[in-house]
Amino acid sequence: MSKKNPEYDFKWCPGCGDFGVRRALEFAMINRLEETGLPIENNVVVAGIGCSGNLVHLLEGEQPYGIHGIHGRTLPVAMGVKMARPELNVVVVAGDGDFLSIGGEHIAPQAARNVNVTAVIMDNGVYGLTKGQSSPTTEMGTITSSTPFGKIEEDLDPLELYLTLGVSYIASGFSGQPRVLARLINEGMNHDGMSMIHVQSPCVTYNDTFQLIKGNAKEGIAPALWDIPEEHDPSSKQAAYELVQQGGLPVGVIYKDETRLSLEGNMGSIRSKARQRSVEQLMDAYAF
Amino acid sequence: MLMNDFVVRFAGEGGQGVVTSAEGLAQASTQVGYHALTYATFPSQILGGPTWTQARISTEHTLSSGDQVDVLVAFNEEAYETHAEEVREGGVIIYNADDFTMTDPRSFGLAVDTLARSTGNNRAANMVVIGALAQLVHMPQEYLEDFVEARFRRGRDNDDEIISSNIEAMRLGRQNAAESGFVLGDLAPPHPPDYQQLMLKGNEAIALGATHAGVEFYAGYPISPATTILLWMERNLVGENKFAYQVSSEIEAITAILGAGYAGKKSMTATAGPGISLMSEGLGLAWMAEIPLVVVDVQRGGPATGLPTKTEQSDLMGCLFPAHGDVRMPIIAPGSVEECFYGAVQAVNWAERYQGPVILMSEMSMAERVQNIPRPDLSKVPVEERLTYEGGNGYHRYSGNELSPMPLPGGPGAYVANGSEHDEMGDTTHLPSRHIQMTERRFSKLKLLEEDHYESDNTQAKIALMPWGGSKGPVREAYDALREEGIDIAWYYTMFLHPIPPKLRDELRAKELVIVPELNYQGQWANILRFHRVNSTPITQYTGLPFKVSDLVVQVKRIMAEHTEEARA
Repeated sequence: MSKKNPEYDFKWCPGCGDFGVRRALEFAMINRLEETGLPIENNVVVAGIGCSGNLVHLLEGEQPYGIHGIHGRTLPVAMGVKMARPELNVVVVAGDGDFLSIGGEHIAPQAARNVNVTAVIMDNGVYGLTKGQSSPTTEMGTITSSTPFGKIEEDLDPLELYLTLGVSYIASGFSGQPRVLARLINEGMNHDGMSMIHVQSPCVTYNDTFQLIKGNAKEGIAPALWDIPEEHDPSSKQAAYELVQQGGLPVGVIYKDETRLSLEGNMGSIRSKARQRSVEQLMDAYAF
Repeated sequence: MLMNDFVVRFAGEGGQGVVTSAEGLAQASTQVGYHALTYATFPSQILGGPTWTQARISTEHTLSSGDQVDVLVAFNEEAYETHAEEVREGGVIIYNADDFTMTDPRSFGLAVDTLARSTGNNRAANMVVIGALAQLVHMPQEYLEDFVEARFRRGRDNDDEIISSNIEAMRLGRQNAAESGFVLGDLAPPHPPDYQQLMLKGNEAIALGATHAGVEFYAGYPISPATTILLWMERNLVGENKFAYQVSSEIEAITAILGAGYAGKKSMTATAGPGISLMSEGLGLAWMAEIPLVVVDVQRGGPATGLPTKTEQSDLMGCLFPAHGDVRMPIIAPGSVEECFYGAVQAVNWAERYQGPVILMSEMSMAERVQNIPRPDLSKVPVEERLTYEGGNGYHRYSGNELSPMPLPGGPGAYVANGSEHDEMGDTTHLPSRHIQMTERRFSKLKLLEEDHYESDNTQAKIALMPWGGSKGPVREAYDALREEGIDIAWYYTMFLHPIPPKLRDELRAKELVIVPELNYQGQWANILRFHRVNSTPITQYTGLPFKVSDLVVQVKRIMAEHTEEARA
């Protein structure tokens, strides 16, 4: 809401990857409006804590609903919104620290439920807002402000984690390609189940990986980014594992399982089994 | 001798029928018009472990499970050894002769399992016990038969067989008790109430109340002694537009109901102390972002894992101030099974009325207590709805210093519900003027929850007695006993602990001394009253068990005498 609200004083650093992700989400919401006719306020954006979470305040144009909550809890908040109001489109925006570290405990249950929310994770491999501490995706051995002698944990591969936990739609993208990213986000929104769009969104201040991702021919750096070939079969988990194990930054849809019911679908089948009784009838069970 | 009151304690090992016997006796008695109240305590394990339940049968409405045990039913020797000294003078001990023998002159043996088997119904052991107990107080056999008929007539092919074996089991118990020669007296005939009744537990009353109040989303995580609310909701709150669900932790429970509350549903969870600790940050978010939700804390003993299956009132400070920063949660603490129903309705009403979190504090002793209550007349229990925003876009959700309409996602008025300090649109800000405005706004809304009604009695006395929550029952009985002795003392009680009804606060301030019996070490409510500039002093107990009326009478007299001494000095 930055353009409309001079009081709001948060700014991303110039060149921050999150600008591109914001653009992508704006595109995706507009695409959805055009596809479905549902207004922007049909979207609820649940934001984590950190630089990336501020995206919910920085969206331009027509405003969606938003929740900017507490650190690490975007997924269960989003689940609550979606379970209460399945007709809403629920989007999570969070960073690698929020989502994979403090919030890591919520990924497995949400994947098992196949809750129909779309999570856009901005991975910059560092805690930016607290000034450069190591995160789960920081490379092992890296010296950061909180690892003065080098990080002593293996870095996490989020794509492999999502596959292992059973997320039913997994895409990978780069903040420098907002149009491509918007397409991946839209596909996630349209997918009836849990969707993860994991985005490399570099932190220009504490972990600038732009050059590594895009490559630099002059300096002989090959790009880490590569497009997932069209022949990749995203319905095959085996193919998805093989793909993510190739390393680098694949762009595209890695895995998509359309055979599972979403949480909302399973709620429907439970509902049809439950007996419907009024409060008076419920009290009758205790009457004597 | 005509008895108006009959207290039986059943003790043994989990699985021996300790609970079913007590609840059976309570149900048989209420069926014919007595009042009944049970108290249960369980071991924190699935099989075995020492357990006991107490049932109090009375011709009048009862407030506590009683501390004069008339009969002890000891299912094993350990139970006898643990509980024998609680049996009053002239009381009787029935021991399970299938398990052990003994020579206590107050006792007689009852081969409960052997007698049950002889009827062809191995599951009728508790009926043998109930029959024997009925004989001790000369409760007519037809009362028992009516109960068996009502309980087991379910339209099954073998109904007759089951009913006759249960009646036979009762007859055998009765016969054995008669042969023992023990008699306690004659239980006075009941005065059946002229209104409809329910027989239920505190947790069931909370679930019913919340459902009446319109809760449509429930998320919970299993924890003693709150689990039964989750199970009830999963069976009864699932349907069109409503759902109840077990999530993966208390952190998920609070954040999920927060999401649902934001999305427009009346939402609730129930937990116990450890869950309250985990919900702390989520409660702060609900307070900050102004999202209605209800958290039920069925207190057990603490801290940490503490005493999961015992009762205590030690979460009050934790519930009032669960989160960091300037927060003070609205608290409703019912004091009986009946109040559990009305308290739950009001907790949901409050959450919607002031748009924020409300904590309903119950206790293990009420959660698992079975009690007969007047059936609520739902047409007289108002249900409140949230003030919702109905204008166009560009709305400033957090404008002003008071409550403002809440937009519904999907419709106009999009805003960010923000846990960071925010401006009127919900965007993050660090301006001092905004933090002042929003802090005052959040606290000002509490005024909407100030109620007028509270209990009071003999209000001209200078010293008052004021319990809270589940201690209400035994403290009221102690109060009645003190008044009967001619002691000049006032009575005050409310389930609205925060905000406290202002008139009540003013009355309490005018007292020389307010004595607060409560089940914790620190005297938590007495301390809160001191915040309110009330001269309060606690009577504390931290045994994991409820108060005994006789102990309270002694302690109140002691404190009153000390106060008089001090006044003289």
